[in-house]
Parts: sequence; C-alpha cells; structure tokens
Amino acid sequence: MTASRTETMTLPQSQADLLPKEGITSVELGEDGHTVLTVEREHLVDVLRSLKETPGLDCDFLADICGVDYPQRDTRFDVVYHLGSLEHGHRFRVKVPVAEDDATLPSAYGIWKAADWFEREAYDMFGIRFDGHPDLKRILTHEAFHGHALRKDYVPSQRWLLTEENLMTPKWATEKRANDDHMDTQVLNLGPSHPATHGTLRTIARLDGEYITEAECEIGYLHRCFEKMCETHGWQQVIPYTDRLNYCSSMINGVGYALTVENLIGIEAPPRAQAIRVILSEFSRIMDHAVCLGANLVDLGALTNFWYFFQIREEIYGLLESCAGGRLTVSYARIGGLEHDVPLDFEEHVRSLLASIPKFINDVDKLVTTNKIFRDRTENVGTISAEDALAWGWTGPCLRASGIPYDVRKAHPYLGYDQYDFDVPIATTGDTYARYLVRMEEMRQSLHIIEQAIDTLPPGPVITDDHHVALPPKEKVYTEMESLIWHFKLIFDGIKVPPGEAYGFTEGANGELGYYIVSDGTGRPYRIKVRPPCFAIYQAFPHMLEGTLIPDAIAILGSLNIIAGELDR
Amino acid sequence: MRQPDGSSTFLTTRVETMLRWVRKNSLWPLPFGTACCAIEFMSVVSSHYDLARFGAEVVRFSPRQADLMIVAGTITDKMAPALKRIYDQMAEPKYVISMGACACTGGFYRAYHVVQGIDELIPVDVYVPGCPPTPEALMHGILKLQEMIQNGETHHDRLKNRNDDAAAIAG
Ligand code: SF4
Repeated sequence: MTASRTETMTLPQSQADLLPKEGITSVELGEDGHTVLTVEREHLVDVLRSLKETPGLDCDFLADICGVDYPQRDTRFDVVYHLGSLEHGHRFRVKVPVAEDDATLPSAYGIWKAADWFEREAYDMFGIRFDGHPDLKRILTHEAFHGHALRKDYVPSQRWLLTEENLMTPKWATEKRANDDHMDTQVLNLGPSHPATHGTLRTIARLDGEYITEAECEIGYLHRCFEKMCETHGWQQVIPYTDRLNYCSSMINGVGYALTVENLIGIEAPPRAQAIRVILSEFSRIMDHAVCLGANLVDLGALTNFWYFFQIREEIYGLLESCAGGRLTVSYARIGGLEHDVPLDFEEHVRSLLASIPKFINDVDKLVTTNKIFRDRTENVGTISAEDALAWGWTGPCLRASGIPYDVRKAHPYLGYDQYDFDVPIATTGDTYARYLVRMEEMRQSLHIIEQAIDTLPPGPVITDDHHVALPPKEKVYTEMESLIWHFKLIFDGIKVPPGEAYGFTEGANGELGYYIVSDGTGRPYRIKVRPPCFAIYQAFPHMLEGTLIPDAIAILGSLNIIAGELDR
Repeated sequence: MRQPDGSSTFLTTRVETMLRWVRKNSLWPLPFGTACCAIEFMSVVSSHYDLARFGAEVVRFSPRQADLMIVAGTITDKMAPALKRIYDQMAEPKYVISMGACACTGGFYRAYHVVQGIDELIPVDVYVPGCPPTPEALMHGILKLQEMIQNGETHHDRLKNRNDDAAAIAG
C-alpha cells in the first residue's frame, strides 16, 4: 500500500478537534490510516451519532461491525466498528470493550441501517447482544446450533446437526392474514435451492395476489466458517480460502488480503507484481460482471446473452490458467507479491483478449440495451435512492447506479490505480436498468485500465526479497547457508506478522471488500473479519421487495449480484 | 426392420439392456449447485464444453423431472435437510454425482458448519475429485456414470437387486 493511501484516510487535525469530548477513552492513529477511538459503552450511541452528524466529520458510511475475542482479558470482547466519510475520505475504527457476563451494547441500527445484519452476525458468532435491535437472532448458523463459533474456546470442528423439524420459519409467516378485501394472503418460500436464487439464498414472502407485502431473507446456507478456518491456518494458507469468498472473481479477494497483510508487515510488492495484480484483478472484475449480467438476463428470459457472456469467462479462464494453473480458484497472489512470474506469452495473450472481449460486450449491448422488453422489465424496478443505498452500507456498482461515485480505486488508490486513467461510471436512477448500465460500462473501463497496465508492465521480480516473507530463490538455497536457513524457517514456522491490526479495503467486483486483520505475532492470524460487499447490499433486499411483483423480485435479485460464498463466508 | 429387398433384419437384446442404453443416453441433470463448483458446472453446460454432446444437457431444476443429481459445491449443515428432501423427491431410477472435494468429503473445510461429504446424507454413484474439478473431469464423471448404468453397477441397480433377492427369499 502506498503512503499516499494512508494519508487520504487520516483525519486532519482541524477535524480531530471536532471529536466529542465525552466517552472516548483514547484516540490513536492506526498504521492503516484509521483514527482509532476506544469508547465507553455508556456513551457509544452519542459518540457514533456525533461522528455521523457533526459537520466536518460526516461519517455517513458504516462499513462493518464485528467482535474480537480476548479470553484472557477482563473485558473479554471488543466490538469493533469501521466507519468513514465518503465526502472527506477519513476513516474511523471505534472499539468498545465489553465483559463476557455483561456483553450487551446499544444497537447502532437507529443511526445506520447497515448495522442490522452486522449486529446479528456479531451476536451469532460471539453472543454479544445489541439492545434495541429490531430482530436479534442467529444469521449464519442454523437453529439447532449451540454456542458461538468464533469464540476462542469453540472447537473448530464441533458440528450440530439440523433436521427438517427445526427449519426456520419466521413468526409472521405462520400467521394467517387477510388483505384489505378480506381475501387470504399467501406465504411463498423461495429457496434455498431454487433456480432463480443463484445458489443458496432463501426468501420468504407474503403475497397479496402477485404483490409482495412482506419479506424476509434467510442466509447462511453456505456458511463455510471462513473466519474460523483462517484462525487455524498459517498466513499464506489463508489465500486459497479467500479465493472461495467471491468465487466469480477470486483473484481480487486474494490481492485484497495480501495487501492488508503487507500493510501489517510493512512491505510492498514489487512494481511488476503490482501491475500484474491490477491486470488480473480487472479481468476478474470483467468476469464477475459478465456472469452477474448473464445470469440476470437468463432470469428475464434472455438466454442467448448468457452464452455470449460466458464465452468472455472462458477466454479469461485461459489466461488465468496459463498464469496460475487454476481456472476459477487461482490462489495466485502471495503475501509480498505473486506465486511466480507470468508465462512468456502473457503480453500477447492479454492483447488478444483486449481485442476479442469487446465484441461479446457489444453483441449483448446491441441485443439488450435498447430492447423494449428488457427495459420494461427493469426500468423503475427495484429503485433505491442514494441516501437509502448509503444508509444500508451499499458500495460498488450498485451504489454507483444510485448516483454516488464512490470507488475505492479512485477514493483511496492502491496498487498504483492513481496512475491509470479511467472513469467511474455512474447512473442516477438507482433501478435495475441503471445497475445493468453501470456494469456494462465498468467492463469497458476495466479493459481500458488493462490496456494501460500492459503497455507499462515493468520488468523485474514478482515477489519481495524480504526473506521473512518470501522464500529465497532455489539456486541460492542450494548454494548459500543463510538462504538455506531462511528457507527452512519459512517452511517450518511460516510467516510471522508483527502484533497489530489493520483494516485494508479494495474495490471488489461488487463493492468495498474489507479485511480487518488482528495479529498477535504468532504464525497464525488471531482474527480475520471480512467485510463482504454483498452482505450489506443483500440486507436491504427484503425491504426493497415490499410492494413489488414476484417476477420483479427475481429481476432485482439478479441485479444485486449476491454471491453466496462471500455473503455467508 | 424391413430392408429394401424385402427381407428383415433383427436385433435381439434383453429389455433390461435396452432400457439401460436408453437411460444412459438421456440423463437429465438436476444441478444442486451451491458454491464455486457450480460456476464450473455452468462452464460444462455452456457453449465451449457443451455437455449436449453426451446427451446430458437437459438441465432441470425440478427434482420430479430429473434423474441425475449433480451436487456441485459445499453442503452445510443448514443446507443438509434441503438436499435430502430434494433427493427424496426424485423418481427412481436416480443417480448422484458428487462434484468437487467439498461434496465428496467436506474439502478443506473441516469446520463446524460443513457436512463432511454428502454420503452422510444420500448415496453417491460417482465422486469427481478437484477443487473445483475441471470441466473435463466432470464430463469424465458423467461418462463413467453412463458406463455404470450400462453395466448395471449404480446404486439404483444394487438396491433393485437386493430387493429382488429379498423378494425371492420371502416368496
Ligand atoms: S470443492 Fe472447491 S471449488 Fe468446489 S465448492 Fe468446494 S471449495 Fe468450492
């Protein structure tokens, strides 16, 4: 991460004076550029509110809420809030210590709606309660689950079996209700295995005729315990797990993770590695948008476009396979750089893709963009205003479709994104059609970035020469004693990351992908919390459904690009 | 079959063999896709790999209309009852391919919320290794299943034989 990036996030002194005086026990500057506040629980709501409402601070964006468990402390848990201001760019980390026997906090739902599911997750994983939360219950694990899985004393492999009798049905869904004309309403269950829900999402909706009057989403059907798995593996071993978060664009996840750990260690990947990361991340973004739009169109009955878009993926798979060996789950990024250099024909291959991909995009463009049926199905469907989108914690193409031009690559550049010339496309209507338009244009912008990156691809190594982090070259291991020792130490002990914490965020295909990482100096991460962009987006979905038709619900869902691997982790 | 010269040719076979031949060449898969492997499954049915070449491209999402369940992806404890229910809803003869390390064994998720292999829940005919398996590997799995159907080696056949034996002993 470049120094400039940290600077864009740090709070200027003039604004630091605006911080509330009461309730804050310490103010520090984190190495990741965040202003770290420790706050007493009694004053939490006041502090959060003044962070949001004081002019000059304007923290309108709540990125994440999570717990961290320190069993040896008196106040066993830290509840950690990450928030920031899109306008000023500064970022805060607010920490609230609470004791195990009294782990209750006031809910932040009244300040940012985004707190809704994040608080439920902290409750599910740590047993921390939030007073005033509208519906505090488990979210990722199932009804028959006992205990709180991310507490340090929970055994990682301890399973609990769920049987059909215990399946969740919301209370409201079991009640009989009549509509205004005294006709019965119906409750419809969609998923978790349903062709239009793209994997493992479940929605329960009350219908009045064809209109949805009430809805609830149940998630966690793909909760694969990513965060717990990270705590039981070494730092490098986490990378294959990150691939499987948003598996439609796995490269981006690995890069985001590597950047955050590099920040904690205080190293940087060599320029060549950075440029290759940019190229492959942008290709992954194109792939991700392609499968999102393709699937969205299939749900609307336009199957042909799916084949066009899937061909883009096949072509890019070819490139990824030649670099990393894997098509889908690439595991190519490493802490400190990349696994190995790209093949000799890389440049040629990239250029041939740059030439072939626009054709597929244009084909779909011609078939769909002005198509009357498509526009009728998507315009004014699933509209969300800029304020609402931000309040729910939306980021990425979905937020930009509502008119807010927030893109991490522009606002807090990393990997040298500030050296590339590209636009951040936005739309203003915030409907399903706008989200389609934004994604289409983003694919073209990504191609433009790749074009520049390949023109300026520097030569040199692709992994750092810091032997605390990267293995020395094989020839040296065989000829030099010191290198042999480094090799031995790294293989046996793994990377050691100095104690500390950082929140690193990058622009994932679907929005701000954040990693909050705590290290205690051992060979394994102490805590890794992922801020999945679609988690925040999807929590608004049941609210968007009220008053829409069932077929519209399918159109809206497809346009949000919910990837279960990332949603449930 | 009448030949141009007026004579007839015959093909003699057993009904059983004929049925197997028909079944193996018209598999209708139900993709139970939950995770990353499902994306590779999409590749297999898309134009580049084109599963239609092996007569198994009629993807049906309704268990009533399908006879081959391809479990592609991690199955969690929360998902398990749904998987079991959908399998039970399929009509016999039915076959199961377990695609990917997760479906086969839980993969690298030895964790508190992940089923350690779908054979905890339902019988499996073919296991396809890989994380995710390449499209070629899945196609190999399907060809393997076709071979097993032809030779009467699937779980369905075993079950049937056992029932027949039981009936013979009882009767
Ligand atoms: S086997 Fe690998 S690719 Fe397949 S679902 Fe499991 S983690 Fe994903």
